[in-house]
Amino acid sequence: MSGLLAILWVIYLGAEDPAGLIATLVIGITDGAMFALVALGYTMVYGIIELINFAHGDVFTLGGFLGLPLLGLFGITSGTKFAWVYVPILVFVFVLVMGLNGLVNITIERVAYRPLRNAPRLAPLITAIGMSFILEGAMYLWRGPVSLRFPNLLPDTVASRFTSPAGHFGLNSGSTAAPLIDIGVKDVAVVISTVVLVILLSVFINRTKLGKAMRATAQDRDAAQLMGIDINRTISATFFIGAALAGAGGMIWALYFNSIRFDLGFTTGLIAFTAAVLGGIGNIEGAALGGLLIGIIRALNERYLSASWSDVVIFGILIMVLVFRPTGLLGMRVPEK
Amino acid sequence: MIATLRDPKRLRAKLRQWSRDPYMVVYGVLFVAAVIFPPLASFATGTSTLTGLAADAGVWVLLAIGLNVVVGFAGLLDLGYAAFFAIGAYTYALLASAQLRSSPLHQAVHLPFWVLLFLAMFVAASAGAILGAPTLRLRGDYLAIVTLGFGEIVPRVFRNDPGHWTGGINAIGGIDQPTIPVCLDGPWSQGDDFKLQFGAVNCSFSLSDPTAYYVLMVILIIACVILVTNLQISRLGRAWAAVREDEVAAAAMGVNTRNIKLLAFGIGAAFSGFGGAYYGAKLSLVSPDNFDFTVSITVLVMVVLGGMGNIPGVILGALAVYFLEFKFLTDLPRNAAALANQVGLQGLLAPNAATSWPGLEDFVGRLNFLVLGLILVLMMLLRPQGILPSRVRAQELKAEGAADDTVFDARAGQT
Repeated sequence: MSGLLAILWVIYLGAEDPAGLIATLVIGITDGAMFALVALGYTMVYGIIELINFAHGDVFTLGGFLGLPLLGLFGITSGTKFAWVYVPILVFVFVLVMGLNGLVNITIERVAYRPLRNAPRLAPLITAIGMSFILEGAMYLWRGPVSLRFPNLLPDTVASRFTSPAGHFGLNSGSTAAPLIDIGVKDVAVVISTVVLVILLSVFINRTKLGKAMRATAQDRDAAQLMGIDINRTISATFFIGAALAGAGGMIWALYFNSIRFDLGFTTGLIAFTAAVLGGIGNIEGAALGGLLIGIIRALNERYLSASWSDVVIFGILIMVLVFRPTGLLGMRVPEK
Repeated sequence: MIATLRDPKRLRAKLRQWSRDPYMVVYGVLFVAAVIFPPLASFATGTSTLTGLAADAGVWVLLAIGLNVVVGFAGLLDLGYAAFFAIGAYTYALLASAQLRSSPLHQAVHLPFWVLLFLAMFVAASAGAILGAPTLRLRGDYLAIVTLGFGEIVPRVFRNDPGHWTGGINAIGGIDQPTIPVCLDGPWSQGDDFKLQFGAVNCSFSLSDPTAYYVLMVILIIACVILVTNLQISRLGRAWAAVREDEVAAAAMGVNTRNIKLLAFGIGAAFSGFGGAYYGAKLSLVSPDNFDFTVSITVLVMVVLGGMGNIPGVILGALAVYFLEFKFLTDLPRNAAALANQVGLQGLLAPNAATSWPGLEDFVGRLNFLVLGLILVLMMLLRPQGILPSRVRAQELKAEGAADDTVFDARAGQT
């Protein structure tokens, strides 16, 4: 019902000011793609060991923090602009960051979660919060409270530009020239790289042996163990992949917004978690869908309502979803006792 | 009780019994320390700054005792505890300052502190009940996330200042100081000149002399400790323990789990609102920045460090974390610089920076997050029962396999 109202509202907005709505949707989809990358890590880890990996948002930030000095190794500083020669370097750094991030997350799992695997549920959750603070503290100690400037390596050029007619309801008729909509190469690059990563992930989960082991472990850990699956290795692999995706997300975020701060991961992580819950926690397609929806909701809210309320709206959605539809849009797991 | 006190023999027996009880020893030491602290601190430093700090520490003790009811007794993880603290503080700030004159109400309200202390408690408890009623059926970790979301929403709402009620980022300043009730400071007080005094202790509340705040805080804490201890050993306390250990079994035994959990949530929130009202009065300024996630986590660290479910442990944990965060780490750069200068290291400094050690202050200022995180992780991994383990817990740890599915004993089942 409320979804229907929201869709009607969006249609009304579109009829009134198509250019503004499309521009907003572009922002929303781009942001949503980044949230989806982070949400995937939450949902995978939750799917396999039923832990809300609180430190995941900070692992996401860590991706950007690791990427900056690695780019610096190749002589890319904050002033560097886009050039084709940087593309292979960028890809290489991406892979490196994803790997390093994965290793960090495996270490976290080994140190803080594995010893508590048979403990009551709240114990690993508390260490996860502790880990989140440790990561944030380490990044704070490393780079301080300032926003780091990130090189603007993605091209600023416009991918496609088209004019749009004035609003149908005549409210927008004051403007004489038809407004322009710009879709930047940046946005396209972000969405494409996310789609590529999600496709790779889905192939990995559905087609490889390790992916099969993961699905089996998520379904029934004891039975999987009886079938000869190395549980610890499978869980480590899940943490590695989740962190690799988050690291890529952190890099993409930093490249897109050209700035990153040590505490970025707290709010972003919570928003991404909301996305995972909205899509249905434990469900990979759900996380991607939830990420996109949350991105679009946020962008709509920022344009048509108020940016200072967007976190309130998102966290409100989180509470509402958990209260009224704990399974999310696509999920099957029930977060109730 | 009176009979025990009259009879020296029984009194001696009672004292001997208490001296064997580690809890009573901790309480006794804490009480004596609380009584001798203000004169000692003002004698040592010549000012009452330390007493003011101790009164602030008391707010945290109160918060930790309250969170302990939720986390320790009932086993519900509340990550948005600062929200109730904020609600309490804002209740006091709005109803005891000129803030509402600039709100749509156009009328400043100045209710007395003693009324608002309980009103703030009630408002915070209601907020806890309203949040808890629909969400308490969620599983523990989801409940934690819901409370976290709530804890993020509340300060943001205060900051966004809907309808110009809360002052937004400008905060609410000029909040009324408490006054001694008329029954103590009545017609015989001869106007404003009179100050209720016990010896050298000035008993009026002022920003310059925090002694009265300190005394009030000690009284509040004593009252709360008695209250919570009685709650713990009451029917309700046993029901909380049952729900914490095994909710299904508790429900099967006829415990109304939803109401029991709601009560824990509401009582915890009430403590937080209580502390919030006091905090608003003490600081005379309430700003949305004072209630962020770090506050909730700091209180959680206090509870985890002290030992969940264990009141004297939690008090010690709160004092230890407060000292570490707000005294030791803040003073560390100055002290380290003084030490370095004393042992003759100032020759190493660049001549233009002869007074302070560059980078040290910055470095220490950045340690907070790391320290909090390390305490949480290390405590959960190495000593999940806390620095002062609860008696019940110690017994349960002895009984083999009894503590298989509990909140505190994180390593049970591993051995």
